[in-house]
Formats: sequence, C-alpha cells, structure tokens
Amino acid sequence: MSDATSDAVIEVRDVCYTYMRGTPLARQALTDVNVRINRGELVAIIGRTGSGKSTLIQHFNGLLKPDSGHVLVGGRDIWRKGVALRDIRRQVGLVFQYPEHQLFEETVVADIAFAPRNMGMSQANVDEAVREAMRVVDLDYDALCDRSPFELSGGQKRRVAIAGVLAMRPEVLVLDEPTAGMDPRGREEVLGEIRQLHEAHGYTIVLVSHSMEDVARFAERLVVMDGGTVAMEGSAREVFRRREELVNMGLGVPQVTALMAELAARGLPSTEDVITVDEALRALLPALLGASGRANEGEREGEVGA
Amino acid sequence: MNISSVAIGQYMPGESLMHRLDPRSKIALSLVVVIALFIVKSAWAYAALGALIIGAVLASRVPIKMVIRGLRPLLFVMVLTFGLHLFMDPGEPIFRIGKIVATDRGLAQGLITVARLSLLIMATSIVTLTTSPIAFTDGLESLLKPLSFVGVPAHELAMMMTIALRFIPTLLEETDKIMKAQMARGADFESGNIAKRARAMIPILVPLFVSAFRRADELAMAMEARCYRGGQGRTRLRQLRMGALDVAALTLVTAYAVLVVVVL
Repeated sequence: MSDATSDAVIEVRDVCYTYMRGTPLARQALTDVNVRINRGELVAIIGRTGSGKSTLIQHFNGLLKPDSGHVLVGGRDIWRKGVALRDIRRQVGLVFQYPEHQLFEETVVADIAFAPRNMGMSQANVDEAVREAMRVVDLDYDALCDRSPFELSGGQKRRVAIAGVLAMRPEVLVLDEPTAGMDPRGREEVLGEIRQLHEAHGYTIVLVSHSMEDVARFAERLVVMDGGTVAMEGSAREVFRRREELVNMGLGVPQVTALMAELAARGLPSTEDVITVDEALRALLPALLGASGRANEGEREGEVGA
Repeated sequence: MNISSVAIGQYMPGESLMHRLDPRSKIALSLVVVIALFIVKSAWAYAALGALIIGAVLASRVPIKMVIRGLRPLLFVMVLTFGLHLFMDPGEPIFRIGKIVATDRGLAQGLITVARLSLLIMATSIVTLTTSPIAFTDGLESLLKPLSFVGVPAHELAMMMTIALRFIPTLLEETDKIMKAQMARGADFESGNIAKRARAMIPILVPLFVSAFRRADELAMAMEARCYRGGQGRTRLRQLRMGALDVAALTLVTAYAVLVVVVL
C-alpha cells in the first residue's frame, strides 16, 4: 500500500455520522472512521448488520453528509463549495442492496440509460455506454433491449440494475451485497462478473458482503466494521488470523479456515492461514498422500486428486 | 430532503390520567367538546371550554410545545380569518389603515373565531397525542360497531387503518432508499420548474408502487395463512375496558359541556 494521497480514489477522514440528529431517536452510526480506497483495488467491507457499512458507503458518493470529518474523492473534498455532487456520483458508482427494486422504465435499455442521460452524455455515447454495460454483465442486448425490466427473472433484473450504474462509466464501483437473495449459481455468476470488471477492465471495486468465503476468494484487502468504527484492516489472510475477535464481533472466518484450524489443533502440520478451499486442498494433499501412502500406497491418490 | 426526520404520528407515550382513559372515552369526549364548541357563542362559554381543554392538556403531561405545534398548520387560516373579521365586520371603528377600517365587533368576532379554531385543534390533538394509533383504531372500531347493522364495515375500516398506519414508516424508509438509489444514478429532484420536478418523481413513484403492491400481496398471503376472515368471531388480545376513571370522566365532562352550552 502506497502512502501517496494521489493513489487514494476515495479517502474518508475522521468521519462521524448520526441518524436523526437532534431528535430523541438520534443514533450514532459512524464514529471517527478513517478509510482509504486505493486506485485499482478490490476492497471488501465486512461487518454485522448495523455496524455502519451501508452508512459508510453512502458517504463515498455524497448521499450522506458527514457531521464532522472529510470525504475526498480523487483528492478533492466533495463537500467543499463548487464541487458538483453529480460528478462525484458519476465517479463513484453505487449499487444498493437489492438494486432491482429501483427499476422503473418501460424498457431495459431506457432504464440502463437513465444514469448516463442524467450525466448529460450525448445520445450516441449513451447508446454506446448501454451496450457496453450490458455486455459486461452478460446481458444479450438484442434479445432484451425492448423488454420491460419487470418481466425479467430475478437474476436478470439484478444485472440490469448493476448495468444501470456501470453505464455511467464510474471510476469506482461500490456494491452493497450484490448477491443477497440469489441462488448459488446466480451468486457465482455475479461475483465472476465483478471479478472480471476488476481484472479485465481495471475497475476499483468496493464490495460489501456477509460471506466470508466470497471475500476470502475475491478481496485484496478487507475493512472490518464494528459498532460504527473500523475494527480491523488488512489482507484477508491477516484479518482471518484473528478468528476469535471476529467471532466476538458477530462475524466469523471462512468455514474452511475454521476446519483447518481445527485440524491443526489436532496435530495436522502446516495448515495455518488457509482461507480458500483451493489452498486447503494444496495444504492437505501432501499430508493425506503421506498418510495414505504409508497405509495404502497409490490406491487413494486418484480419489484425492478427483 | 431528509425523510428519516419525519416523525410518524403524534403519539407521546406516557402514564398520565389522559393516557389511562379508554380510547373510546377519549374519542367520545373530544366529540362532545367539539360539538359544544360549535354551539356556544359567548366569550364566557369559550373561556369555560378553553379551561376544560387546557385542564386536559395539563393532565396529559404532554409538553405544551407539542400541543402548540399542532396549531401551526392552521396558522395561516387563523391569521386570515382574524384579518377578515377585523376589517370587514361592521361596528364602531377602532383604527384605520388607509381606507380600511378595523372595528370593535370585528375584533371581538375575530378573536372568538381564532379561539374556536385553536380549541378545536387542541381538543382533537390531545386525543391523538395520548392514544397510540393501534388503541385509537381499536376504539374507533368498537364505536363504529353498532353501525355495522346498517352496513358500515366497521372492522374492515379499522383493519385498513391499522395496516395503513403500520406501513407508513416502512414505505417512508423505502422511499428514502429508492430516492438515494436514483440520486446515485444522477437523478435530481431539487432543480427545474414544476413540470420537470413532477417528471423527476416518476423514478421514485414507479418502484414505490411496485414495492407497495408486492408488500400488499405478501401481507394478504400472510393473513390468509393465519386464517384471517374478517372480524366475525374474532377475539382480541388487548380487550378494551371501561374503568371507574372512564365513567367519571364521561359523566363529569359531558355534564360540564352541557352546562356550558345551556347556561353561558
């Protein structure tokens, strides 16, 4: 991680935020939060419900104004006079939870074109942006363009909604639980597209997630929120090493990490720090081969490999 | 625009005398007082009814500020009617601004009208301030029940009110979320002329209707799954009960109101 400010696309400095401030129902959601999102990163934000994740990401594009502290996008304080929030919202594309609930247009294309039109793109550019966004999320333009978004399947609706944000051509894409309520196959597809956006198209991505497995596989860096503050920060490996603290926060570690820790406790060597199934396989294979080799040479090798 | 700061309903929880009254008593009594306010004409009668209402406000221990706040929406109407009475009514002139003459009878009539309006609002808002929405609809249903013999769907009306009240916060939250989602896509709700602003509402209203219908569907299903079939034969967890307090309040306040109407 570089220290140069120019590397940070989004910088949140000492931000505090209270909902319903000045009423008896006031509730402090963020306390002195400091977060940096560096250019080209895939960062995951995890934390239990009510830990302030959603409040935090709504500060990224100026939907919420901090009570105190600063939010910088591309090095500029977004709440300084003369900064157009619309520009900020184009730079930082925010996909809310269950984004398909925001669809409203008569056709898929019109809905995806809503954001680029609002941003004042020319008609030709809007068309181009819509086609590109649909291609990226794997939607067939010719088959779907004139259909009503309301008659699509759940997974397709979600893709249309994500395309609706991508069509603005943001620099950073922030997704709040993009796979919530989807079946396993849909989840894999959407996560695959997000990874594709990051790897092939160079997007900076912030992913809010409840799935420790997903963030272990995809995220380059984790930000752990707890009680309105940043509790931990670091690579998935570093964070998941602190299993006990995570459990106390109402979170956990990937199941495979827990399993491997259990195995290590029972004497299996060199199985620490495993966070994905692939790594577990690689860590366990020698031990299993060694053990079975002693018992029954050769026969079990094929099974483990398959 | 911040929707989350909108307070839902007016109910101020508490344990006061007014809170403990049965909702039916409160609704009936406010009706009695409102009718009395419409009948009486003399300033003395207004003073007497005003004393009664202020007494109820004090007994409720609701902050006076909350009661005054209820008057604010009608401030404009009050100022207007006061002005009209003051300057248009016939009578002895008190002062004049240019060609417009203020009269003594106009002043008196204006004051009485303002007093009547304020007391009307206070008499009704003291009920909503001390009765939870659920208790209020229960009371309303119970009061309307006799009318179901002439075809008034008392239970259904009350159930609709309960559901509407239940979903106001939910829909407000939903609106807030949809607005933010559209703002994240560059929607602008605050600039432009009226036509442009009305058009800007479409991206909010369409998803809101869709979600309201979805919720209605789910709620209907959930109600059927729990064998809801209207009010017939339905028993209640919270029974409304009239106590000694209610009997005392009903008799005393009604007697007081009748006395004021007849004597003053």
